[in-house]
Amino acid sequence: MRITRIQSGKKPNLVDEPDLSLLDPLIASQKGKKGSLIPLLQGTQEIYGYIPRAAFEKVSYETGIPLSNMFGVVTFYAQFRLHPVGKMIIKVCHGTACHVQQAREISESLEEALKIKDGETTEDRFFTLESVACLGCCSLAPVMMVGDQTYGKLTGNEAVKIVKNIKLAENN
Amino acid sequence: MGTTVTVGLGSCGIAAGAKNTYEKISALKTAGKLNFILRKTSCVGMCYREPLVEITDDTGTYLYGEVDTDRAAEVIEKHINRHEPIKDYVVYTNLFDAPENDFIGAQVKIVLRNCGHIDPESIEEYENRHGYKAIKKIVAEKISQEEVIDTVLKSGLRGRGGGGFPTGKKWKFARSNKSDDKYVICNADEGDPGAFMDRSVLEGDPHSVLEGMIIAAYAIGATHGVIYCRAEYPLAIKRLNIALEQAHERGYLGKNIFGIEGFDHDIYIKEGAGAFVCGEETALIASIEGERGMPRKRPPFPAVSGLWKKPTNINNVETFANIPWIILKGAEAYARYGTEKSKGTKVFALAGKVRHSGLVEVPMGMTIRDVIFKLGGGIKNNKKFKAVQMGGPSGGCIPEFLSDTIVDYDSVTATGAIMGSGGMVVMDETTCMVDVAKFFLDFTRKESCGKCTFCRMGTKRMLEILDRITKGLGREGDIEKLEELAYQIKDNSLCGLGQTAPNPVLTTIRYFRDEYEAHINQKKCPAKVCRPLLTYQVDPEKCTGCMVCLKNCPVKAITGERKQPHRINQEICTKCGMCLSKCKFEAVMIS
Repeated sequence: MRITRIQSGKKPNLVDEPDLSLLDPLIASQKGKKGSLIPLLQGTQEIYGYIPRAAFEKVSYETGIPLSNMFGVVTFYAQFRLHPVGKMIIKVCHGTACHVQQAREISESLEEALKIKDGETTEDRFFTLESVACLGCCSLAPVMMVGDQTYGKLTGNEAVKIVKNIKLAENN
Repeated sequence: MGTTVTVGLGSCGIAAGAKNTYEKISALKTAGKLNFILRKTSCVGMCYREPLVEITDDTGTYLYGEVDTDRAAEVIEKHINRHEPIKDYVVYTNLFDAPENDFIGAQVKIVLRNCGHIDPESIEEYENRHGYKAIKKIVAEKISQEEVIDTVLKSGLRGRGGGGFPTGKKWKFARSNKSDDKYVICNADEGDPGAFMDRSVLEGDPHSVLEGMIIAAYAIGATHGVIYCRAEYPLAIKRLNIALEQAHERGYLGKNIFGIEGFDHDIYIKEGAGAFVCGEETALIASIEGERGMPRKRPPFPAVSGLWKKPTNINNVETFANIPWIILKGAEAYARYGTEKSKGTKVFALAGKVRHSGLVEVPMGMTIRDVIFKLGGGIKNNKKFKAVQMGGPSGGCIPEFLSDTIVDYDSVTATGAIMGSGGMVVMDETTCMVDVAKFFLDFTRKESCGKCTFCRMGTKRMLEILDRITKGLGREGDIEKLEELAYQIKDNSLCGLGQTAPNPVLTTIRYFRDEYEAHINQKKCPAKVCRPLLTYQVDPEKCTGCMVCLKNCPVKAITGERKQPHRINQEICTKCGMCLSKCKFEAVMIS
């Protein structure tokens, strides 16, 4: 699995049957602009949390950009997702500073606790576990980010505890 | 003069809880109707002491470190209400000896001149510290475009993105190409794992980058500016947007800016989508044009035919941040710092097994040892310094015995590493160099765009060899095969990514060949990192017989009764390391 990196943005809207009308303002705002493909795709992902097939087809139809071009770009950049993600994304940093300070242990502990592999989403669609190349908080290594909160100076056990507490808080 | 309380709210600070600290102080201020000004600033560089709070009153400036909410309440109560500074918490001050006085004192801040001092969301604060004075000086003194380029040339400034190409020369090429449209691009796609200098500058002092870009635009006659910033830096993008809006309001961007007839310039932000190769100029251009970020053949160079086939000048964030200072203080003032061929200062992101991780700016020519020990405070946990990795995935590991190497472009290159953008990841005796080489190669293999066969396939083959070495399956001749592949990849790749991808492997082979040999011949990992080469055993003295490891062992290799020392059956053990991480009594030993 390719190392994916974090992205800004709103909470992903978890839907299986995407409301395609949400795309209209985005397509209108990029109409006629040069080099608009990447902003279009980034905007689509902001709306749905990933890029659904139907959205691909609509954007292609309305802008005239061939589907093959769009797919080529989506698979090139680490930011884009082709599958829905959980409500909370756990990003475990695997930058150099974290790597030499046992980031692997954090990922492994979380994989075990959540019973998913890197890049996968839990069955209840609450957590998605990802490895990222660098969160730029090297001084706090090893680091992970859950949602938009960063946690530093972790151990495997601590990471699991944090994630479990988040889940508990959600259930209450 | 009133009292000001400033909280550092850079990404690191926020991660360490600075937002809570800020809110706490704000609440105390309101509740107690306290009379001080509460300000926000960005990264001071002392990431290891975050959250940081600076109090300036009539007596002087005090920088408090590790200010969580409890400490914040204590500091406000004692320092503000009772005028009694808490000396034990002060990490830096100009009034008495504090633990980090040397950390600040040994630095020369040109790029970071405003970081940690100004509120990055306020154009007034930037202007109060000589902001936009450089471009205004150019207008007032009618300094010609050639003279600006000449000043940059004379300053000796070289590209801070890693290549080290003289900035003035680059501008000259771009200027010499005539066209109606020209572009200035700021490369803010800081993709190196372990580097965060550009992020700190963008978050802490975005206007200095804009001013540098405007001066470049003036010098080469560019009409459009683009900042290509990683989407992974949301705070930097937010602050850049605020800065752009403010610059528009003041008429610093737009038409006939700064009253120069015909000087039209506008800047917009393009968010990158996560591809390391986009740090390469031509790949970056392809990405802005909305395509896959694959490098193109040069020539034509971007200075001739770049973005949308127009002459384009690309510089890095740090390079631009230097420009206003150089114009204002003069080329000579800048060239006073540094070595013969590398002038000025360089910002480094210190991280890894170093005590003081953070951001430092030092004059070129300082030794690596001084950076790590004087500024970095030495190695964490009293371990032994082994090597420092410079230049990220394109760089290499400089061993301890070469740490008297000075930091300048040519000296660092001579060791086999590169200056790169300025990441310095410090490694100690518990870091396995083969594992580090594998880590970087894994990164470049994933990030290779796939255009050149040698980079696409070669890095994969090298990774396979490294992988089997770390698994204890290394064969005789593997080192030589790695070297051969490395040179093939270097010679047959189009862009910098492929040309430098084997550097981490080559430097570790050069300086740590014995570690490779130990892995291959003795099937041992001297740093005890590569798990398949380790043996896990229970220390019967320390084992309390708590059964935790036994329950957690995925292959049931551990046997033993409650309150009796456990045993690991080596024939069943898969060396997953689970028992080691679960044991609370440090009873699991590795050898």
